[in-house]
Amino acid sequence: MSPERKIRILIAKPGLDGHDRGAKIIARGFRDAGFEVIYTGLHQTPEQIVAAAIQEDVDGIGLSILSGAHDYIFPQVIQLLKEKEANDIVVFGGGIIPEEDVLALKGSGVKALFVPGTRIEEAVKWVRENIKPRK
Amino acid sequence: MFKEDQLKEVQKERKKWIDDLSKILSETPERLPRFTTVSDLEIKGLYTPEDTKDIDYSRDTGFPGVYPFTRGVQPSMYRGRLWTMRMFSGLGGPEETNKRFHYLLNHGETGLSIAFHYPTLMGYDSDSPNARGEIGKCGVAVDTLKDMEILFEGIPLDRVTTSMTINPPASILLAMYIMVAEKQGVSKKEIGGTIQNDMLKEFIAQKTFMLPPRPSLRIIVDTIEYCTKEVPRWNTISISGYHIREAGSTAIQELAFTLADGIAYVEASMERGLDVDDFAPRLSFFFDSHIDFFEEIAKFRAARRIWAKVMRERFMAKKPRSWMLRFHTQTAGCSLTAQQPFNNVVRTAYEGLAAVLGGTQSLHTNSLDETYAIPTEEAVTIALRTQQILAEETGVANTIDPLAGSYFMEALTNQMEEKAWEYIHKIDEMGGMVKAVERGYPQMEIADAAYRFQKQIDTDEKTIVGVNKYVTDHPPITIWRMSREIEERQLKRLQNVKGSRNNAKVKDCLAEIKKASLDGGNLMPHIIHAVREYATIQEICDVWREVFGRYTDPGYF
Repeated sequence: MSPERKIRILIAKPGLDGHDRGAKIIARGFRDAGFEVIYTGLHQTPEQIVAAAIQEDVDGIGLSILSGAHDYIFPQVIQLLKEKEANDIVVFGGGIIPEEDVLALKGSGVKALFVPGTRIEEAVKWVRENIKPRK
Repeated sequence: MFKEDQLKEVQKERKKWIDDLSKILSETPERLPRFTTVSDLEIKGLYTPEDTKDIDYSRDTGFPGVYPFTRGVQPSMYRGRLWTMRMFSGLGGPEETNKRFHYLLNHGETGLSIAFHYPTLMGYDSDSPNARGEIGKCGVAVDTLKDMEILFEGIPLDRVTTSMTINPPASILLAMYIMVAEKQGVSKKEIGGTIQNDMLKEFIAQKTFMLPPRPSLRIIVDTIEYCTKEVPRWNTISISGYHIREAGSTAIQELAFTLADGIAYVEASMERGLDVDDFAPRLSFFFDSHIDFFEEIAKFRAARRIWAKVMRERFMAKKPRSWMLRFHTQTAGCSLTAQQPFNNVVRTAYEGLAAVLGGTQSLHTNSLDETYAIPTEEAVTIALRTQQILAEETGVANTIDPLAGSYFMEALTNQMEEKAWEYIHKIDEMGGMVKAVERGYPQMEIADAAYRFQKQIDTDEKTIVGVNKYVTDHPPITIWRMSREIEERQLKRLQNVKGSRNNAKVKDCLAEIKKASLDGGNLMPHIIHAVREYATIQEICDVWREVFGRYTDPGYF
């Protein structure tokens, strides 16, 4: 038997947004914390992200958006996960998300949003407490 | 600068100072174990004539307007003409952005700068599935010449210069600008402005890419070649360090990678058979002005000196104008904080001051709310006023390069230059910047630096006020939001244009572009034909994606 499975996280950059500094920092931070990290690279559609998440059998998806397209993209990813019956994959995110949008996105099923100023260890701690290996 | 015996005296006095200092430090140590710049460059407590003893004034510093231009590119600098105040603007549709342009010009802005929304930046139209959720959000939506006509309504293009932050479709936007001017009765020989058109830094940092590096470079050289002959007052490229820095590089990496990109563009243009002195005078640069005051000023001074050497010694350019590094500056977006956003006004003011003391030719100052959204009118006014106070109240524009001769400034300028050359030589050894980019070298160097910096913030080794020190709650500020009607209006206009133009002609024009793309002819005349017939940006870009293939992110982290 293999030892306890590591937490697997997909870090994803949806839409046309090219700002990947934060996504890459969090991907490294998660890797250094012992998670298995898959980074999609830039310019992914919601469909591509959901397909990658299912194929890679991840436990959580971290979406990074700084372009203002979060109000379209986050709910779209959650909807597609439901359609694929994969909504046990936890969706969280980060980026430039105005405070007034945070509540609406959480209502649509985004479990946590990390806005500018977040320390890597805060995000790591949240993942450890809220995302468990699914099998 | 100092005679041998004077230096000996300085050396003696310095030893005494160190002895005295050690006594004091044994009782009260310094505040920090290391004093470093924001880029983690270690700074000494004191600089003396010993640190500048190898400087030859005429060779290394010289006079403004004279090789190697350390003190500035023009003999009169700001006593002749102030820098251009050029606020990067684009919001919603062309109507909203036109209104913002008029507002800024009426408030004393002296040049225009267009921010396009993501679909335009990436070569997609507003009706593309890829544009969902993105229309008008990060800049202005432009799909066809029709949008550009609205964007410049009431703005005479013979009286203003315009900078366009646009890369893969830069040639298309330039063609549209030429057409708007033509419709105003202004010849392309008279228009002035800049297209960013710098794809290498897109692969490295900003990441609005479309085609692989080599065809991208070919289209850039097409625009350089065309403008050299046909649009003589146009800056054909803005070789940009800004995005490299914003992606997390150090100041030295920004300097080195930008100049190495410049070298690659000069080489590619010379390979096309262009005479270096014909095109080099229209190359321009774009840097970040970050929060570490002296490091930034030294970077700007070193940039001018390195580029002058590169152009004269390496490329054998003969015209002084070819040796000059002229640059635009933007204050550092990444230094601003979402927390306590009013503090950003102060940060931007310091950064703007560094840009001016560094001899910039034009400046954008960020607005306090840009960590949230496109700035409101109120916020952008404060940012513009920051430049006006700098220019007309503080007195810093009264004299040229006032920090020259400072032991610290000259030593730091030398240090920046030396370290930048190390990177440039390393990239040369790899076979140049295109090869370095293909193997991910600058990308990984930047990712490493960005991660290191984040760790320093997380461990409180470096301070960001309001983020890891002096943390307090702040009430939310009012931010700009895009209305849904703007998106609908944009889609409707695009539909109307497609319905009312001569579609047979558009098809012919696109076929022309495809043919030239395949056979290697200069694309610019064909692009101008196509935009005149209201071909869309995506229609042209789709031809290129088909002919040249797409570049996809290798996802280095």
